[in-house]
Amino acid sequence: MVKVLISKPGLDGHDRGAKVVARAFEEAGAEVVYTGLQATPEEIAETAVREKVDVVGVSLLSGAHNTLMPRVIDCVKEKEGMQDTVFILGGIIPQQDIPALLEKGVHGVFGPGTPLDAVTDFAFEQVALVKAEQLAEAALADMTNKSSNI
Amino acid sequence: MAEERKHTTLSGYELKNVYTAEDLNGEHMKDKLGEPGHYPFTRGIRENMYRDSLWTMGLYSGFASAEEANERFRYLIEQGQTGFSVALDLPTQMGYDSDDAMSDGEVGKVGVAIDSLADVEALFKGIPFEKVRQIRTTANANSIIMLAFYVAFAKKNKIDPNTIGFFLQNDILKEYMCRGAYIFPPAAGVKLSVDVLEYCGKHLPKWTPIAVSGYHIREAGATAAQEIAFTVADMTAYFDAAVARGVDIVSATSNSYFFLGAQMDFLEEVAKFRAARRVFAKIMKERYGVTDEEPQRLKIFAYTNGSAMTAEQPMNNIIRVTIETMAAIAGGIQTLATSSYDEALSLPTQEAVTISLRTQQIVGYESGITETVDPLGGSYAIEALTNRIEKDIWSLLAEIEAKGGAVKCIEEGFQQKLLAANAYKYQKSVDDGARTVVGVNRFKDEQPIECAAFSVSEEVAVKQKAKLAKLKKKRDNDRVQRALNAIKTAAEKNENLGEYMIEAAEAYATLGEICGVLKSVYGKYSPMKIY
Repeated sequence: MVKVLISKPGLDGHDRGAKVVARAFEEAGAEVVYTGLQATPEEIAETAVREKVDVVGVSLLSGAHNTLMPRVIDCVKEKEGMQDTVFILGGIIPQQDIPALLEKGVHGVFGPGTPLDAVTDFAFEQVALVKAEQLAEAALADMTNKSSNI
Repeated sequence: MAEERKHTTLSGYELKNVYTAEDLNGEHMKDKLGEPGHYPFTRGIRENMYRDSLWTMGLYSGFASAEEANERFRYLIEQGQTGFSVALDLPTQMGYDSDDAMSDGEVGKVGVAIDSLADVEALFKGIPFEKVRQIRTTANANSIIMLAFYVAFAKKNKIDPNTIGFFLQNDILKEYMCRGAYIFPPAAGVKLSVDVLEYCGKHLPKWTPIAVSGYHIREAGATAAQEIAFTVADMTAYFDAAVARGVDIVSATSNSYFFLGAQMDFLEEVAKFRAARRVFAKIMKERYGVTDEEPQRLKIFAYTNGSAMTAEQPMNNIIRVTIETMAAIAGGIQTLATSSYDEALSLPTQEAVTISLRTQQIVGYESGITETVDPLGGSYAIEALTNRIEKDIWSLLAEIEAKGGAVKCIEEGFQQKLLAANAYKYQKSVDDGARTVVGVNRFKDEQPIECAAFSVSEEVAVKQKAKLAKLKKKRDNDRVQRALNAIKTAAEKNENLGEYMIEAAEAYATLGEICGVLKSVYGKYSPMKIY
């Protein structure tokens, strides 16, 4: 089962979208953990590790995304075993900020008006891709090991 | 397809094809309506309504530094705006100075950064107060500190604070329920709100000491009836606490407001404002034994709902705001803020905010809707909806009361669960096309969204921090420390903190310093994780 962390970093208290997305993931069959408001990037990373989540969803409407989103990504990726985490960002994110956010490691950015299925389907696909890559890498490593044993 | 379509209001009430006198229970209508300006105020709180004067027009504005916000305010006043809202940035709303680590990335973003009296001085520099009917602020958890900053500003400039129409939001309960800008736990939050009620009742009778807010409740997913019921329940929590403290309810609350949303369902919204006045009047009369009519009059500040704005085809939002404005005016409100068409994308640009003000002016001066009091009163559909919403408000109020009141219900997440469920249901209805949103799920454009978005530079934070460092060097730090100590002692003794806050403001203590002291006494609230 895919496990998703929905988080609200920073001081923004508008969490209608975060809650709706959390519920959508649950309805779509994922297990969901919600941080509540004002989660620091460190707290988000700790929860992500503790709960062993596949996806970290961040909701930001306050305009602080350029500061906070990269911090969340760095904090999570620093943790052992979290390098392949899928990051999705939702909220009011101006078009011109999106390329830089993708560059920094966000997999997908979803603005207002996005149907819920589009968010959950995207996240599930990304998780499947990550898992396929991990399997391929493991298989490759396995083969390399075997060949070196010969 | 036509047969399958459901005919419901935005809140989910099933609508009949046509309404007749039979839907109104005829003989009781006279009592339910009353006359304009008189109990139960269904038809409005004044006999002549907008013929005497139009509503106060003021937009949500404020961003970046006090200096930049000041320029926007002065521009809007020149354009005919008669009130304004000092939108505070998130660190200010939550008691952090601009140099606090928690403020990183947030300084000046969704409002203006106010760290101390020095920022208020810059914010109000050169503002022609005689042209301004109302200055609102989004202060809630810190409303008593904003009160102190404003009083200190007035005193220093030798202005009688009662000549400026300051309007405090001062509603902390809705923050725990849905908006999230809380600092202290609920009991302390309510205590500070009641301090403001008591202080204003005694010293600042012209101020609005509280605007109990349904707006944010609606934005979080409430139906029209829930919006009003939760607001009324919050109000009784404050008023009951004030009465228990021995505050004279009439002097403390007669200038209070409700801050409500104006949504897209035109008829339902008109009915909602009318039902809200009826419920409020009855509660003031029967629960608080208020016999004068003035304090029974519910004054409403309406704000067009931002959640109705779409990022897609943003110009369509001008039409949405017009419909919501018409609903608010036909519903008889006293103050209106209108959204800007680019609101789903960023803070408004100057062009967008000007059109938003023009929308109010066109409805006010050109539409003719203002010439008749309660213009839709007597419409079978409007009266039937008003009665229906009122009935649901009373039944929700009874439910909250039976569960132990607003505070207890919020602590248990009762309202939050209802709101989250509604918000999800709404999104599903848009996703599956049961509800049409033009440009979002029908009549879509294929090209990407393009709109000149407004953004606040990161330099604001740098400048704000430098200003703060300079202030801390320049001010009398011993005086600041004495004032902070006095606040601590008074808070521990559970005294009204008004006077102590004003002394601290005058000494140029910062918001963060004052909140730090209060946190040491009251503690800090940790968020709920309900979805």
